[in-house]
Amino acid sequence: MADPNEPTGSLPASNPGATPVSASEPLLRLRGISKHFGAVQALYGVDVDLPSGQVTALCGDNGAGKSVLTKCIAGIHEPDQGEMFWEGRLVHIRTPGDAAALGIETVYQDLALADNLDIVQNMFLGRERLSRGLLDEDSMERAAAATLASLRVTTVRSIRQPVATLSGGQRQAVAVAKAVMWNSKLVMLDEPTAALGVAQTRMVLDLIVRLKDHGLAVMVISHNLNDVFEVADRVAVLRLGRMVAQDQLSAFDRQSVVDFMTTGTSTRQVTASDATAMKD
Amino acid sequence: MATIPTQPGDEPLPAVGADTDAAVDLTAAAVEVIPPGIVAQSLGEYLRGWVARVRGGDAGVLPVAFALLAVAIVFTIVSPNHVFLSSKNLVNLFDQSAVFIVLAMGEGFVLLLGEIDLSIGYVAAIGGTVAADLVQPSPNWPWWAAILAALLVCAGIGAIHGFIITRLRMPAFVVTLAGYLLWFGVMIIILGTAGGVSITSTVLPNQEALYGIVYAYIDPLVAWVGLLAIVGLLGAAMWLRDAGRRRSGLVAPPVGLTVAKIVLVAGAGIVVVAICNVNRGNFLPIVGVPWVVPLVLVVLGAWTILLERTQFGRHMYAVGGNAEAARRAGINVSRVRTLAFILCSLTAALAGIIYCSQLGGLTTNINGGQLVLYAVAAAVIGGTSLFGGRGRAIHGLLGGLVIGAIYNGLYLLGLPIQWQLIITGLVLLAAVSVDSLSRKGVGSGATARA
Ligand SMILES: Nc1ncnc2c1ncn2[C@@H]1O[C@H](COP(=O)(O)OP(=O)(O)OP(=O)(O)O)[C@@H](O)[C@H]1O
Ligand SMILES: [Mg+2]
Repeated sequence: MADPNEPTGSLPASNPGATPVSASEPLLRLRGISKHFGAVQALYGVDVDLPSGQVTALCGDNGAGKSVLTKCIAGIHEPDQGEMFWEGRLVHIRTPGDAAALGIETVYQDLALADNLDIVQNMFLGRERLSRGLLDEDSMERAAAATLASLRVTTVRSIRQPVATLSGGQRQAVAVAKAVMWNSKLVMLDEPTAALGVAQTRMVLDLIVRLKDHGLAVMVISHNLNDVFEVADRVAVLRLGRMVAQDQLSAFDRQSVVDFMTTGTSTRQVTASDATAMKD
Repeated sequence: MATIPTQPGDEPLPAVGADTDAAVDLTAAAVEVIPPGIVAQSLGEYLRGWVARVRGGDAGVLPVAFALLAVAIVFTIVSPNHVFLSSKNLVNLFDQSAVFIVLAMGEGFVLLLGEIDLSIGYVAAIGGTVAADLVQPSPNWPWWAAILAALLVCAGIGAIHGFIITRLRMPAFVVTLAGYLLWFGVMIIILGTAGGVSITSTVLPNQEALYGIVYAYIDPLVAWVGLLAIVGLLGAAMWLRDAGRRRSGLVAPPVGLTVAKIVLVAGAGIVVVAICNVNRGNFLPIVGVPWVVPLVLVVLGAWTILLERTQFGRHMYAVGGNAEAARRAGINVSRVRTLAFILCSLTAALAGIIYCSQLGGLTTNINGGQLVLYAVAAAVIGGTSLFGGRGRAIHGLLGGLVIGAIYNGLYLLGLPIQWQLIITGLVLLAAVSVDSLSRKGVGSGATARA
C-alpha cells in the first residue's frame, strides 16, 4: 500500500488498491452505524457502501445526519454502534489520524482551516514535510503551488497569505486542494461547491469525476440535485438519521430523490432511459 | 497541461478537464495562472501581502518598535539631565527588562493557544529560590546543576498545570489562579523562617556565577567579536534563505527588505554593545555587556526556532488559531496544550533566576502578581494576541523592553508607585484594544464560515 502520508501532488495511478478486492466488495462498507449526542439520535443503524471508482452522492434534508455520518468515517466522532469494513477488513477509526492512515480525506462543511495560518501551512497541517528536523517550507510551498495551479485556483494573491484574508470561495478551493493533494483512496466532500461561483463549481465537479476515473471512491454531499445527477454513480438518501434509499443513479430521478428526502418513500418507478434523459 | 508552470520534481495534479472539450474555456483562464511565488518578487506584491497580514490582525513588529522609540524619546527629554539615555541607566534598563522579557516569552506560549497562566510570577520565584537554595554553602551544587534543577522543578509545575487543564478539562484561568496562591505558599515554605535567600557571597564560586548573570560583564573586545560572529552568521542565514527562495520563485521578501533586516540587526547589536562598553562606574571603571544580554538572546533564538521552524511550533499556531481544525488534521491537541504550559513554566524559571541574580537573592516580599501582569502586558504590547493564534518570541523582547523602559523612566522621574501602576495599566489597555480591534478586522474579512 502506498504511504498515505506521502503527498504526491499528483493523482495515484488507476486502481490504487494493491490488495485484491473482490468485485462486489466496496472500498468501505458501513453496517449499522448509530450515533447520538445527548438526547439527539443523529444516526440510526446506517448501512452504506462506498465502492472504488464510483461517486456516491449522499442526499438528505438539513439535519438528516449527513455531516455526522461523514465525521464518523473521518474519525471525528466515534460511532456508538456499528461496524466499518475497509477493503473487507474490520477497522476501527477512532481518530482523524486513523482515517488519514487508511487513505481517507475529507472536505468538511465548515472547512476546518486555521485562519491564522497561510495557505501552504493549512494544506500541510498535521503532515508537514521536514528536512533535518525542521520544516521544509520550500518543498511544501512548491507542492501546494502545483496542486493549486492544477486546480486552476488562480485568484489568490499570494500562496503565503493567511486564510483569514481569503474569500469564502477561495477558502473552499483551499479545503478541496488540501484533500486531494494526498495519495488517498476515499475522498469525502461535504457540500464542496456551496460557496463557489459557476467556474469554480465546474472545476470541483470535473475534479470529482477525475478522482473517480483514477479509481478513488468519492462521497459527495450536495443539496444541488443538478450536481448530484451530473457526477454521481450511486445515490444514498438519509432522512432523520435513517438510510431510506441507496442504489445506482439509474434507479432514481429528481422527483424520487426529493420524495425519499422528504417522506422516506417514493412510488415513482424510474427506467434507465428516464435517468439518462435526466442527465441532460 | 502545457500551460501550467510547475516546479521540477513535483508532478502536479493532472489539470482538471484539460483533456476534455472544456479545456477550451479553461485555457483562457490559464492565461491568468500566476505562479504565486513569482509575483511576490516585486516590492509592490510584498507590500500587498503585508497589508493582507495587517488586515488579518498581524501588524508585525513595526508598531511596537515605534512605541519603544517614542517611549525612549519622551523619557530622554523629560528625565532630569536626560539621564535616561546615560550608559549606566540603559544597562540598568536592560537588566530590569530581562525579567519582563523572559517572563513574557514564557507567557507567550500559553497566550498563543488563547490560554493564560496567572501563576508564572510565583513559579518564577520558585525557580529562583530553588536555584539560590542549591548554591548555598550546605548543598553547594555547581551553578549549572542548580539552574538545571530549577528548570526541571518548574517544568514539573507546568506539567501539573497542563495535566489538570487538559485531562480534567478545567479552565486555565482557574487552575493557574489556584496555582498563583499555591506556589506562593510553597515559595514561602521553601524560603523558610529566614524569609529569604541571598547569593551575594564572594567566596562561593557557584553563588558568584548566579550573581554574575546580571553583575558580571563580558570583556569589551570579546563582546565585539561575539557580535561580529552573531551578526555574520544570522545575516548569512537570512540572506541565503531569502536569496534561495527568490531564485526558485518562492514567496520571498525583496532584496531591499532582506538587506534592511540584516542592517537593522547589526545596528541594534552595535548600539547595545557600544552602550555597554562605555564606562558607567562612578569610582572604578565598569564596562562590558552583562551576561544576561546574551542569555536573553539565546532564549529568543531557541524559542523562535521552536515556534517558527519546527513541526511542534506549527502545531501550536494551528491549535491557537482553530483547535478543531488542528484536531481534524490529526494533531494531538491535549499534548500541544500540556507542552505549552510546561514551556511557559520552564521559561519562567529562567526569568526567576535572572530576577534572583538582579536582586542578589529572593525574599518573601516578591510580588508575583505584578510580575504576571507585566509579563502579559509585555507580550500583548509586543504584538501577541490574547485571543490565541498570533505571537512570536520577539514580541516578548520588544514588549518587555517597552515595559522595562516605562518602569525605569517613571522611576527616574521620581513618580510615586501609584502613577507607575496607573501608566502601565493604561499602556496595557491600549495594547489590548489594538489587539481587539485588529481581531474585529479579521471577523469582517473572513465572513464565510459555515
Ligand atoms: N456535535 C453535535 N452535538 C450535538 N448534536 C449534533 C452535533 N452534530 C450534529 N448534531 C445533530 O445531529 C443531527 C444531524 O446533523 P448533521 O450536521 O449531520 O446534519 P446534515 O445532514 O449535515 O445537515 P445540513 O444539510 O444542514 O448540513 C442534527 O439534529 C444536529 O443537531
Ligand atoms: Mg451538514
